[in-house]
Amino acid sequence: MEWLNTSIDWLTLLFQEWVVVYFQMLPEALQTVILIVLKIVVIMVPLMLSVAYLTLAERKVIGSMQIRMGPNRVGFFGYSLAGFGQPIADAVKLMFKEIIIPTGANKYLFLTAPLLSLGPALAAWAVLPFGEGIVLAEVNAALLYVLALTSVGVYGVIIAGWSSNSKYALLGTMRSAAQIVSYEIAMGFALVGVLMAAGSLNLGEIVNAQRGDYGIVSWFFLPLFPLFVIYFISGVAETNRAPFDVAEGESEIVAGFHVDYSGMAFAVFFLAEYANMILIAALTSLMFLGGWLSIFPASWIALVADIPVLSWVVGDGIHWFFAKMSFFLLLFLWFRATFPRYRYDQIMRLGWKVFIPITIVWLLLVGVFVIQGWFGLGAA
Amino acid sequence: MLENYLPVLIFLIIGLAVGAVMITLGFVLSPHKPDSEKLSPYECGFEHFGDARMKFDVRYYLIAILFIIFDLEIAFLFPWAIVLTEIGMFGYVAMAIFLGILVVGFVYEWKKGALEWE
Repeated sequence: MEWLNTSIDWLTLLFQEWVVVYFQMLPEALQTVILIVLKIVVIMVPLMLSVAYLTLAERKVIGSMQIRMGPNRVGFFGYSLAGFGQPIADAVKLMFKEIIIPTGANKYLFLTAPLLSLGPALAAWAVLPFGEGIVLAEVNAALLYVLALTSVGVYGVIIAGWSSNSKYALLGTMRSAAQIVSYEIAMGFALVGVLMAAGSLNLGEIVNAQRGDYGIVSWFFLPLFPLFVIYFISGVAETNRAPFDVAEGESEIVAGFHVDYSGMAFAVFFLAEYANMILIAALTSLMFLGGWLSIFPASWIALVADIPVLSWVVGDGIHWFFAKMSFFLLLFLWFRATFPRYRYDQIMRLGWKVFIPITIVWLLLVGVFVIQGWFGLGAA
Repeated sequence: MLENYLPVLIFLIIGLAVGAVMITLGFVLSPHKPDSEKLSPYECGFEHFGDARMKFDVRYYLIAILFIIFDLEIAFLFPWAIVLTEIGMFGYVAMAIFLGILVVGFVYEWKKGALEWE
């Protein structure tokens, strides 16, 4: 083990002497930017990997629900590893497929649309806290920024369908856009409910407002239960996922707005859809299920505080956030395996005639709660 | 204060750049063998006819207008929701009246059948 220690010492020295010294010679503004870019990479790489493996998870989960195997051939170095290499193989395949730009299409808009879909889905992660103080940009208007970015996503859909100059794409676009826009209202009202309860737009403060002595009982999903359910269902509708995927409706309108996209241009839309699913799951867990807060009461956490591994598992931490996100992602996949597709008029009826009235009534109710000071009674 | 938004700006740029790089890579690596059939818009195997930029149902337009009204209302609710504890009952009643006016309009739309899709 002697050589190991020596080499670690040597590497540390090398790092301090070379990397740190040269880094400090750079202008200060450049140093800040480099640090920010490094942090973004730390968020982005796991995010892109999660997106890739969410597609595999989807096929595996739905496969199990239908008593099939799901993808089980593609692996690494000759080992199939239960299909663990499938997302990589899919990505490489799409990379080498021709990108077709139809003759009638508006070329620049056609290529801008996928970027407008993917960009906001990724950029929203800038303000999402992963743990106490673990956030890239600690901004006060975080939720407003998230609301704005999720609204930009609809431009990608509209521009894609319009610029394709194809009847199928245009029909799919009109449907998706009207659907996204309708559910955005219900979603916005649900957000307002969370704001009223937390009294802040900062996502970190929203999570901390859900901290209480009794763990799960003080999370917002209990007092805001209708808003919680409506927010998540609207999220499913926003991402055009089953059972709200009329835009995809294979039997009538083929693939909806991206019917004329192929190769990597299609892959970007595909990534955007899955990145949006992860984003909705993360936002729901942050706003209604207390983000990184532990499910257990504070007294239990104090009880095991001295036990090494158990205290980490039971206490607050990023693993709770990931567990809650995984739960919602599983729900996304579960819905797809369980529910038949809604008819379009049913979707619009649910959005406008059920969700919006319920949210308005519940907002007025939450207002009374807040003024009476019934929120934060159990807070520490 | 404003420097907190620098990472947000950089993240936006990187988010767009990731998509741009991926599409560019796709263009570089993939073959290009266009022909007129391949480049025609998808129309279920038929030769495409007419222009796709056609008339569409006026309901979509109506939905868009309704969306603007409600989304503006949400934008009004945001600052109100944050200071609700400070403005108390007076602020609550004021917003309830505002919401009430909007609900009257919403009920009118509903009764007129603007939300129906036959």
